[in-house]
Amino acid sequence: MVPLGYYVVLSAILFSIGIWGVLKSRNAIVVFMSIELMLNAVNLSLIAFSSNMRQILSRFLQGVSPSEAMDMIGSAMASGQVLVFLVMTVAAAEAAVGLAIIISIHRSKDSVNVDDVNIMKW
Amino acid sequence: MNQVLFFILAIISIGAAIMVVSTRNPVSSAMFLVLVMCSLAGLFVLLGAIFLAALQIIVYAGAIMVLFLFVIMLLNLRRDEYGRDPHVVQKYLGLALGAVILCQSVVILGWAMKDYSATALSIQNGDLSGASPDTVDYNSAHRVAHTLFTKYSYPFEVTSILLLAAIIGAVVLARKKSPPGQEDGED
Repeated sequence: MVPLGYYVVLSAILFSIGIWGVLKSRNAIVVFMSIELMLNAVNLSLIAFSSNMRQILSRFLQGVSPSEAMDMIGSAMASGQVLVFLVMTVAAAEAAVGLAIIISIHRSKDSVNVDDVNIMKW
Repeated sequence: MNQVLFFILAIISIGAAIMVVSTRNPVSSAMFLVLVMCSLAGLFVLLGAIFLAALQIIVYAGAIMVLFLFVIMLLNLRRDEYGRDPHVVQKYLGLALGAVILCQSVVILGWAMKDYSATALSIQNGDLSGASPDTVDYNSAHRVAHTLFTKYSYPFEVTSILLLAAIIGAVVLARKKSPPGQEDGED
């Protein structure tokens, strides 16, 4: 059994690499890929916490009967996975709209470099 | 065995993630992102979330990355266009900021984890771990689907509206604009 902390640290590393990519890249598509990377890192930590729900919740379930406690733990684990499911859906919607915006910008500016898109800069 | 698999998948995902950010060609960047997704799917299997691992492969590596590749091919991005990089300072500043955030999160998480592992060890001998039937698979698709369609049916429906809005938004944004003189009532 791999400790929960390993997963959380891996998730933090992936998230930081995503932040580095967002700050460094000039290509808008690579910026979007870095955002996807950050969303994936968050998904990893959510699933890691949901799989370790038995250890996390057990201190709150001392007086509860075992079958009821297992029901609550299972519900919490499934809730974490449902949250990851929703994050994936939002990521798909975000990618579709963002890439449509990139296509639209490329049509008018003939570039996807984020430095060329400064029409909203005051 | 699990630890060895975890470290292999973790090293693959971190290396591929660094390559996503640092490579110049957007197509190879997308391909390394597919590698990150697949290794994360392996980690999900290791955590017992089989359904989400399948979803990760199908939705992320299958659908979203195909969309990315499609756009990259459609825009016909030339590699040399991004060879010029006048922002040398920002490049290293971005690396430094990423490292700062990593240090922050690791310190905070380590501080929280110390507390967590202390309590987790203290309840290890409690009545709960003895009574837990391990035969019940709480990670199965059945359980996730049951929770999704009963307890979280309202967020699920809201998600469908979000997807509808995203579809309409993408079509409207990527539509070819007709010239100003020919604005007729096509809508």
